Amino acid sequence: MKPQAAAALAGQWGGERAGAEKQAVAARSLRVKAPPRTLILIAYLALLLLPIYWMLNMSLRDNNDIMAHLAFYPQHPTLQNYMKILTDPGWYMGYVNSFAYVSINTVISLAVALPAAYAFSRYRFLGDKHLFFWLLTNLMAPSAVFLLPVFQFYSALGLIDTYIAVALAHTLFNVPLAVWILEGFMSGVPREIDETAFIDGYSLPRFFIVIFLPLIRAGVGVTAFFCFMFSWVELLFARTLTITAAKPIAAVMTRTVSASGLDWGLLSAAGILTIVPGALVIYFVRNYIAKGFALGRV
Amino acid sequence: MAQIEFKGVAHSYRRSPATPEDYALQPMDMTWKDGGAYALLGPSGSGKTTLLNITSGLLFPSEGQVLINGSDATRLPTAQRNIAQVFQFPVIYDTMTVFDNFAFPLRNRKVKEPEVRRRVVQVAEMLGLADVLNKRASGLAADAKQKISLGRGLVRSDVAAILFDEPLTVIDPHSKWSLRRKLKQIHQEFRLTLIYVTHDQAEALTFATQVVVLHEGRAVQVGSPTDLFERPTHTFVGHFIGSPGMNIIPCEIDGSGARVDGRLIALDRDYAKRAIRANGKLELGIRPEFVRYRADAADGYLPAEITQVEDLGNYKILSARLGEHLVKAKVGEDTRVAGGVGWLSFPSEWTRVYADGVVLQ
Amino acid sequence: MRKTLDNRAWFLVLPMALLVAFNALIPLMTVVNYSVQDVFDATHRTFVGADWFREMLHSDRLQAALFRQFVFSGLVLLIEIPLGVAIALVMPRKGGWATSLTLVLMALPLLIPWNVIGTIWVIFLRPDIGLLGHFIDHTLGIHFDYPTVPIEAWVSVMLMEVWHWTPLVALLAYAGLRAIPDAYYQAARIDGASAWAVFRYIQLPKMRGVLTIAILLRFVFSFLIYSEPFVLTGGGPGDATTFLSIYLVKIAVGEFDVGRAGAFSIIYFLIVLAFSYVFYQVLQRVGAGEKA
Repeated sequence: MKPQAAAALAGQWGGERAGAEKQAVAARSLRVKAPPRTLILIAYLALLLLPIYWMLNMSLRDNNDIMAHLAFYPQHPTLQNYMKILTDPGWYMGYVNSFAYVSINTVISLAVALPAAYAFSRYRFLGDKHLFFWLLTNLMAPSAVFLLPVFQFYSALGLIDTYIAVALAHTLFNVPLAVWILEGFMSGVPREIDETAFIDGYSLPRFFIVIFLPLIRAGVGVTAFFCFMFSWVELLFARTLTITAAKPIAAVMTRTVSASGLDWGLLSAAGILTIVPGALVIYFVRNYIAKGFALGRV
Repeated sequence: MAQIEFKGVAHSYRRSPATPEDYALQPMDMTWKDGGAYALLGPSGSGKTTLLNITSGLLFPSEGQVLINGSDATRLPTAQRNIAQVFQFPVIYDTMTVFDNFAFPLRNRKVKEPEVRRRVVQVAEMLGLADVLNKRASGLAADAKQKISLGRGLVRSDVAAILFDEPLTVIDPHSKWSLRRKLKQIHQEFRLTLIYVTHDQAEALTFATQVVVLHEGRAVQVGSPTDLFERPTHTFVGHFIGSPGMNIIPCEIDGSGARVDGRLIALDRDYAKRAIRANGKLELGIRPEFVRYRADAADGYLPAEITQVEDLGNYKILSARLGEHLVKAKVGEDTRVAGGVGWLSFPSEWTRVYADGVVLQ
Repeated sequence: MRKTLDNRAWFLVLPMALLVAFNALIPLMTVVNYSVQDVFDATHRTFVGADWFREMLHSDRLQAALFRQFVFSGLVLLIEIPLGVAIALVMPRKGGWATSLTLVLMALPLLIPWNVIGTIWVIFLRPDIGLLGHFIDHTLGIHFDYPTVPIEAWVSVMLMEVWHWTPLVALLAYAGLRAIPDAYYQAARIDGASAWAVFRYIQLPKMRGVLTIAILLRFVFSFLIYSEPFVLTGGGPGDATTFLSIYLVKIAVGEFDVGRAGAFSIIYFLIVLAFSYVFYQVLQRVGAGEKA
């Protein structure tokens, strides 16, 4: 609608004063539309993906080729780096190990956090606020502080180099996180549902599994996702508490120094492979994430 | 000041609608006359909010034309129409004071400060918010906040119509009443066009001079509250309005009148003649208010089994079985109702025949 | 939610409490133990009281690391918060494939193991094989050698950090934005508000809760950072990018100086505890505010 037409219409509507007001708004209505927004977003996403793309680029090239010259894309792409990793137990066990302790950790964290979150959501009890605060401090605790003592403690228990060691160590921060997120979701379920179930004769465990859990499905999904994520990415404990048998991929990667220097192609392929599980997980839970953002604590 | 017309306006939220079901609003013509008080009444999903948003310009219709005072305004942005809208929950600017909230639409339109102050104070006084002008808007109660939403529309000198989308939803019952009175007051003082969306018939019937009943995207009937009550043109309107709603009973027509399960209900002779020629599913409609009851038999009365009597203070509601069909009658509080068999009559001046839901004139 | 007072809830909480105590309390006790003793070996230890604490608090190296840490965390907030909000504003608002794709892509950096983040940027920044390194060195002509130049090391670390964590702020801000009902935008259109007014009076106020959480989360977690800068610069050149955690691990595991490390750990932990307390209080108030 042209400014003149808008002004004309405005003029019809009751006086010059109204007309002048109308024009001010009309002028602003001819604003710049959507495209700049999309452009900025695309630019940002491109910048975000660039370093990852670069690593992908490296991963598909032979190390000599890499050192020889810089190329924006692999001119002679090869899968040899990936083949090496997938066939060499020294490499692929790293992934297996990581995956193992991350999964164990997620299960333990959820198992322990679910009843606790329920308690925080539905009840007040002696020391509840202090307990919650203490949990939060563990979420924020510097791993570096606990590193050495945990190492010595687990050593004494003979747990070094086992999946359970890393899985347990990671519960230090994952359990508080899980409780925090789950409590938020649980508080969205009205207490009346619990009470109705109890009146109907459900026991607490049965009610929890049969009725309650389905209601907080999205919350469990979000929590599992975050537990997986934080455990997967953590390096310090994972490297310190393992030697060979449970060595995570992160530690394996820091080992690829040979006499001729670092094999960049191999390293890149290893790196790309560590991103794949995360990308897959996120792809599968993307709807939960979107819903979780809308519904949950955050 | 503002007459808004719809010509063939229809809207679908889908990109390429194929069937009528894809349309939220079926093609319609409508005129909102200047200074009228309209209610848009209908159940959830009937298209009321869609219709409202097309009127205010928050939504551009996928088909049809919107004319404001004769000029095409179909794609005119909201800020350039002389319209304000109040939403289901109070929409205020939390970080601003009440004063700044009122002043906001004026300042955006570059109105000079002294004028802003004058209008804000005037509207605040009218709404009873003069003493909280310097308070933060976020701290007030829900009904005060809705008044602020309303006020932002009233401050603008160019506003000719105010649209309401179920504005009393979050207001407590006590405040609802005083807010409604305030709206009527505003209507009289400012002579604005008011369009009010609601699913509550009591609200619609007390507020409006003209009610538009919407059902599944179609404006089923437009008329005064009395019209809608006494002469519903659709079984839906009959059902929706009135408490309890109109009795709708399947019937057949023969020369003498309507037959319900073989029993004759007399109709006006000319009416009956027209009714015989009607096609489609035939139903008889009569409001419980107009059904007459006697405890004993009389000419023109049919026997029915009284199944329930609800005593509601100044009146009683009888539920009776006429053959297979349930009929309700409203009778006075002093009427003695005996259980068992009662006698009902359906005066022909209040009885209408409906073919496929549409009334036979 | 009305909560009933019932101490039997402790049974529900017990497994969690025991697990976390196992992981947290016992090691913490060990740390306290170390911090007040001079340990020569398993059998020779003497109680030294607050000596280690005194030494650490006066330690130049510790103070320098603390200063570096605050500068780092401050920069993190200064850059990531506005940037994250800006990104959230341009993210698609409706549902659909564009939104899903954007969410997945933005979450990608957050799922990469932290050492791999370091590796990605080591590669990316090398003048010989990295795109950015090459660009700076050859195209822009600036001699780029971050392992030896402190300011370049800082820029590199900041670049990596912002790249890594801004998506989190953006996602949180986006969640806050998505929660704003349409009616507010509609009312703003009717009121003739400009885009800036909409941001200032509607979007920003309504994002207050998530932004507070984002600020606190980013500040506290940036205070604990270890792997990424360690892989990228190793804390160098020299001590230039040695942040608190890196310094602590150096003393504790590298030099095995458990006494100093113990004292340092306590100090470090107390600082973080203070921030956690602030976070906790804010959480309570934000939570109450949202329900109001």
